Amino acid sequence: MSSANGAAAVEAPAREGTQVFRYPEALLDVTTHYCPGCTHGVIHRMVSEVLDELGVRQRTVGVSPVGCAVLAYNYFATDMQEASHGRAPAVATGIKRARPDLVVFTYQGDGDLASIGMSEILHCANRGEKVTVVFVNNAIYGMTGGQMAPTTMPGQITTTTPLGRDVSLAGEPIRMAELISTLHTPGFVARGAVHRPLESVRTKDLLRRAFTYQVEGRCFSLVEILSTCPTNWGLPPGEACEWLEKNMVPYYPLGVFKTPEAGDRAPRPL
Amino acid sequence: MAKKLMKGCEAIGEAAIRAGCKLFFGYPITPQNEIPEYLAHRLPQVGGTFVQAESEVAASNMIYGAAGTGERVFTSSSSPGISLMQEAVSYMAGSELPVVIVNIMRAGPGLGGILPSQADYLQATKGGGHGDYSAIVLAPWSVQEAADLMGDAFDLADYYRNPVLVLGDGLIGQMMEPVEFPERRVPIKPLEPKTWASNGWQGARPRAVINSLYLDADTLEKHNQDLQAKYATMRRDEVRWKGYGLDQDCDVLVIAYGTVARVCLTAAEEMRESGVKVGILRPITLYPFPYAAIREAAAKAKSVLVVELSAGQMLQDVQIAMAGARPIHFHGRTGGNLVTPEDAAVKMRDVAEGRSVEVQHV
Repeated sequence: MSSANGAAAVEAPAREGTQVFRYPEALLDVTTHYCPGCTHGVIHRMVSEVLDELGVRQRTVGVSPVGCAVLAYNYFATDMQEASHGRAPAVATGIKRARPDLVVFTYQGDGDLASIGMSEILHCANRGEKVTVVFVNNAIYGMTGGQMAPTTMPGQITTTTPLGRDVSLAGEPIRMAELISTLHTPGFVARGAVHRPLESVRTKDLLRRAFTYQVEGRCFSLVEILSTCPTNWGLPPGEACEWLEKNMVPYYPLGVFKTPEAGDRAPRPL
Repeated sequence: MAKKLMKGCEAIGEAAIRAGCKLFFGYPITPQNEIPEYLAHRLPQVGGTFVQAESEVAASNMIYGAAGTGERVFTSSSSPGISLMQEAVSYMAGSELPVVIVNIMRAGPGLGGILPSQADYLQATKGGGHGDYSAIVLAPWSVQEAADLMGDAFDLADYYRNPVLVLGDGLIGQMMEPVEFPERRVPIKPLEPKTWASNGWQGARPRAVINSLYLDADTLEKHNQDLQAKYATMRRDEVRWKGYGLDQDCDVLVIAYGTVARVCLTAAEEMRESGVKVGILRPITLYPFPYAAIREAAAKAKSVLVVELSAGQMLQDVQIAMAGARPIHFHGRTGGNLVTPEDAAVKMRDVAEGRSVEVQHV
């Protein structure tokens, strides 16, 4: 064997070591349909890594939504079900009640979860279904071409709010993590973001905690993840991350809103 | 097993359990509340799961998820609730999921009323939701038959990987009759293991994806062609009906299903005593519909009379079956009013003696 310049190759010494980075087993090695700069890919990867780390890939069933992640069933290396628009938490309920031994997650966007699927997500959380919801909030309808979402920021221009979201007509953006955390039923509810590597690391930890609560049979869990949509926001990916930090993070604070541990349930009047 | 006096709704719930269904998701609506109520106390006794959903929309998507794991599952509702489930029924047909859906029909349109009706016939048999799909529709005429058909419904759903609807009017749900359950049910179809189910990918089989989305036109057309081939098999193999007094020529051939057919049978027996010969053909499967059987039976009849608790829905299928070969007459009640044996007898006599105006072809 010889190198490109014809000199004899020097065999590299064998080195002891641990592989610290690899393609997740729970993610299929396929090209996705997501736009360049979109942060869905980061979130897909983090969910897959958590499934690998918990060793539950082979007993996981994911539920993909209607929206940008509609084709997520082509990307996760788990059994999948494709739900109708907004109904993923109901589908997940059916899967989990039929087979409590399975790990069940939904992957939903803001139109799917916070608009058409508001009823299903609230009741799924309130029943305390032992499922995990990955809620990607990018403040816009991506798949249909950039219409206003329930989470669109005040003044934000979309194809259906050409002059910017008028909160006197369309209301204020809905804070889902806060809303769900008001439910008395125990659960794990948190919000992370993926616009900076540090936030991604923190968000992956939230996802790990969320899935762990399910695997331990503890409670419902939801992680809202602030995400960018460079295509429909009309911004280059880098600027989109800055826009997210400047406009979304102040309104959608990052952190853990609710855990099932003792003391987190507010006193209930008799 | 000894006969037991049961309400139709309760018999439906018990029959489902005895067919191996341990999962029910549903939402309250009159006149079928006794089905979820019965299962809420009965399912935990047999290690099953009852979930009261937040809506019929949610219930129908819960059975989608549960069926996707390969477990037997059913829901029940009544007309307005069934309308809310139509999107999910279309998805379940498109994703080829075996589910059973019971509709204890009430009078419509809109909120309508809570009294018995058969006005969801077209919704049930002609699709109901969007897209080209069909569901097998079974129509019992007694509490015993409702119980028997529930077991068959699960077998048919599994065999064809398709939704099966059990269509009963309010009377089927609310009346009490003796019912007997077999000690041990034998499936009416050879059933294969559900290797398509999404219940954890271990690698031994292809990854299971429960889905009805096909963005490529040719792929979706092929999927539709496969579904249509399946529906053609159903139409060939699953037509069920019963005839009463069809062995001889008759003046009037009555076509009726569900409890209305029982009322007509009572009237027909009285008619025969008074010299008017009436035969009855009762479709048990509304999809697939017994077109050929009706055509054949009508060959020995002077006229055809369709009786329904609707403004004339199955009537359209009878018109298709007859293709103008015999005059067709119609008697229907709406609003929750019933057809009595006396009404039916008067109409049969009017048809036989030329006082009834035949239905104009559409």
